[in-house]
Amino acid sequence: MFDWLANPNRFNRITEKIQPYILLISVITLISGLYFGLFDSPKDYQQGDAVRIMYVHVPSAWLASFLYFSLAISCIFYLVWKHPLADLVSSSIAPIGTLFSALTLVTGSLWGKPMWGTWWVWDARLTSMLVLFFFYLGYILLSNAFERKIDGSKTASVLAIVGLINLPIVKFSVDWWHTLHQPASIIKIGGPSIDDKMLLPLILMFFALSFFSLYMIILNVKTKLIEKKCEALLLKSNLEEISKIG
Amino acid sequence: MNSKYRRLFITIVIILTLGLATKLILMALEDNIVYFYTPDDLIEKFGDTKNIQNKIRIGGLVLESSIKKEGEKTIFMITDRKKEVKVVFKGPLPDLFREGQGIVAEGMFQNNNFIASEVLAKHDENYMPPEVADALKKNNVWKGESD
Repeated sequence: MFDWLANPNRFNRITEKIQPYILLISVITLISGLYFGLFDSPKDYQQGDAVRIMYVHVPSAWLASFLYFSLAISCIFYLVWKHPLADLVSSSIAPIGTLFSALTLVTGSLWGKPMWGTWWVWDARLTSMLVLFFFYLGYILLSNAFERKIDGSKTASVLAIVGLINLPIVKFSVDWWHTLHQPASIIKIGGPSIDDKMLLPLILMFFALSFFSLYMIILNVKTKLIEKKCEALLLKSNLEEISKIG
Repeated sequence: MNSKYRRLFITIVIILTLGLATKLILMALEDNIVYFYTPDDLIEKFGDTKNIQNKIRIGGLVLESSIKKEGEKTIFMITDRKKEVKVVFKGPLPDLFREGQGIVAEGMFQNNNFIASEVLAKHDENYMPPEVADALKKNNVWKGESD
């Protein structure tokens, strides 16, 4: 199954067909999500209009965690089964995950100032999210830090797998310790404690950003495949040149 | 066992070992990780407020009809519905500050009074329109913070 999907030609053929639909779903859910989020959803009883930051903040935070999980799983595939496409997938996920973890931190900060009265506190949720951001950065830095690409990929993959431990800490930090950040509202025992009219734009925005991520990751993988092909061609022509001279 | 499964086995063992190590570290550091103590935690941990010399944070609800203004100072009680702490604060309060609101105050104890240098508002995990909140309160099925 994995080998079947990991054939670059097949990958190109299949994604060629589904890519436009992925983009379409992303754009439609983004427009409707923004419409419901900004215009057609109620104010919060406590937070007023500031609650609308949630429609960007929460999906970003979910995606930052989920993308990291995918990245680490892909790294396990790379280290265990040594499939080169798995490494391409991990390194394609990394910048998108970095973007969403940064977005989570920035929107959270903008939300924290008017509601809590502070841009930043070192509580367990905020700190573990910052650590997640650093794991993304560490992965990108390490994978480019070596002379030989393969050394970088291996070292960075090990780092990514170690960072997997941070994910449950991000999720459960609000339950395990007293934090300034409030506990979970959606994914928790007893169902969501959020009004349906607010849940709708939140889910729409989550789909919009998820499909956007998927689109960008496919695009990244394709670009990297082309890069690899170019390198191989260049190498080949160089070799031919050398053999002619020789 | 072929090399693939050996690598998978090693990976899983490494994840489990690191996970256990992290859990032990976090347990040992619990006092540094909790962002605030509730008034009840404080008594349980320190016995008496006289024993607390350092800067700490207290979290809880603002006790109803306990807010007093004395010039620039705001005096109020933080409660966790078990114990209370008297807080004195000079400075701007967050917009969400009101009776029944969850807050976190940072500061030091001086003769049983908590002299706060910063007061932050904490909001709960319930999101709803004001009409729904009003209806819930009217029907006495309110589960969120009182306001």
